[in-house]
Amino acid sequence: MALAGVCGARRACKDERGSAMHNFKENMIKRFFMLNGLLSIVILLGIFYLLLSRSLPALQEVGLKNFFAPGYWKPTAFATPQYSMLNLIRGTFMVGAGSLLFAVPLGVACATYLAEVAGSREREVLKPIIEILAGIPSVVLGFFGLVVLSPIIAQIFGLNSGINALNGSILVGIMALPTIVSLAEDAISAVPQSYRHASLALGATRWQTILRVILPAALSGIIAASMLGMGRAVGETMTVLMATGNALAKPGSFFDSVRTLSANIAIEMGEVPMGSIHYHSLFFVGLVLFIITFVINLLADIIFQRYREEF
Amino acid sequence: MLRMSRAMGKKRMFLFTFVLLVLVVLTVSMTGCGTQAKAPEPQAKAPETQAKAPETQAKAPETTGGQGTQAGPQSIQIRGSDSEVNLVQRLAEVFMEENKNVQIAVTGGGSGTGIAALIDGTIDIANSSRPMKEDEINLARKNGIEPVPVRFAVDGVAVIVNAGNPVEALSVTEIGAIFRGEITNWKEVGGEDSPIGLYGRQSNSGTYVFFMETVLKGDYSPQMRNMGGNADIVEAVSADKTGIGYVAIGYVTDGGKVRPGIKPVNVSKNPGETGYSPIILENITGGKYPITRPLYQFLNGKPEGAIKDFIMFELSERGQKIILEQGFYPLTDEDKKFNENSLK
Repeated sequence: MALAGVCGARRACKDERGSAMHNFKENMIKRFFMLNGLLSIVILLGIFYLLLSRSLPALQEVGLKNFFAPGYWKPTAFATPQYSMLNLIRGTFMVGAGSLLFAVPLGVACATYLAEVAGSREREVLKPIIEILAGIPSVVLGFFGLVVLSPIIAQIFGLNSGINALNGSILVGIMALPTIVSLAEDAISAVPQSYRHASLALGATRWQTILRVILPAALSGIIAASMLGMGRAVGETMTVLMATGNALAKPGSFFDSVRTLSANIAIEMGEVPMGSIHYHSLFFVGLVLFIITFVINLLADIIFQRYREEF
Repeated sequence: MLRMSRAMGKKRMFLFTFVLLVLVVLTVSMTGCGTQAKAPEPQAKAPETQAKAPETQAKAPETTGGQGTQAGPQSIQIRGSDSEVNLVQRLAEVFMEENKNVQIAVTGGGSGTGIAALIDGTIDIANSSRPMKEDEINLARKNGIEPVPVRFAVDGVAVIVNAGNPVEALSVTEIGAIFRGEITNWKEVGGEDSPIGLYGRQSNSGTYVFFMETVLKGDYSPQMRNMGGNADIVEAVSADKTGIGYVAIGYVTDGGKVRPGIKPVNVSKNPGETGYSPIILENITGGKYPITRPLYQFLNGKPEGAIKDFIMFELSERGQKIILEQGFYPLTDEDKKFNENSLK
């Protein structure tokens, strides 16, 4: 911090000289960053356009209705191909919601500990470690799920196989954890000290303060964090592909095998003949996935903006 | 802003920068490796190898230390069938031992993936455990690629169950009904009263297509779990007492012994007949085991140079012996005739 202070002071000195050259530089830098910002919008629109244009032939050939009609996803069927995405969408939401059920309580508790309870040294150690979780390659987590976690799940719940939606949910929950912890911690830390002081002064215990004052005050941030975590979970591919079994049947419970939209694309994209209806249908699956994650992220943003407490 | 202003800010920024740096270094070194990946081994032996290659020597005798980017070692890219990947890898290792100027990279991904890559012209040889489909051949020709099939080994697709399952034998008819989802309880085929857990491959797998067309003759049950590879199925069936799956024979045995936790069932053509085990050579070569198939490699045009040498090595007596050691089976006379026709 001390170092930063010195630098800041030096810059201030330079600014006082206020050369035209400096202003020009400043402008250029501003433009550069604006262009970068615009670029991401252009890329986003480009992806949307690509998905839409590539999926149009499938929409014409198969028809929008058939993608959402009851049935199965089996474009390479022995007899008649079917293109129903219903079970895939169900699977996607099951894994997404399941991962939240696992990750939100854990993540919020963890964030509360980091922000409110832990000393600065514990925080310094724990926070990077949690962030390392985000760096575990998804294929490693998937393998872990297949070989280690699924037999444990099977044993605990007395199932024949632990390769199911629950397995995928837990693994994806682990992946979403760093996002949720980090954002929720920011939200909790943003609650002004005066709230804490007031609560404690009124005779509330630390536990009561956290539960009744701080968490409600940080709620919008926590919800936004959870939804961003869900956005991440819905799009997760490799782990889910390896851990959930990818069965096409309608999942009845978390103990059934599911196939998600993203896993479906990953499974079939490698071998699909270019330009076939199957190929274009996969782009439509991608478009639906894109819309789902877009809506989730948008909702997260709206919640965060609208209900943000202005401290 | 908030994060930065906190006491942790500096430390985290440092950590962040550090991780970023590591990532950058990794990326750079990996892209570097990317071009070298084809030839990681001969690097140490590079001087010798290049000394043999007269062209390289003449061009740049002093660059022996670097990668032979000019004429260097010849590289062969092979991709496809998960059933074949370990087998071809082993063949390639032995071949490379004797032909140090040839580099062979073998990757899996499924037969469909290999064929798609051959059609796109990104590889030299596609491993496939199923024949190419008509429209795939047409697509390849449209891209200026002439697929030439070679059969290099024989596979008995094994139907495996958990080692604790009392069922010893099944007929092809029963297996078909089980995987179509018509038989859903083990007691219907002489086992315990428990539901059947189905494990199969994904649609990019040649084994998936082969099994669907020759055994099921219909659609897979939607209840079937679609696993990423043969090894995943072995893993899952060994953990699931009620499981049944199908894998290439090379994945059933390890060093001549059946892997722990699984059991290949004896298969008969029709219900009531004697079933035969896929792990006995005579049952395959004598045509008693009903679910056998040739393993294919697809080339682009008639093979030449190193590719031809490699194919000939696979088909030679030594190559066939390695195939047997790896748990697969040597070619039949019919397969050899097929190759003669194809390579003529």
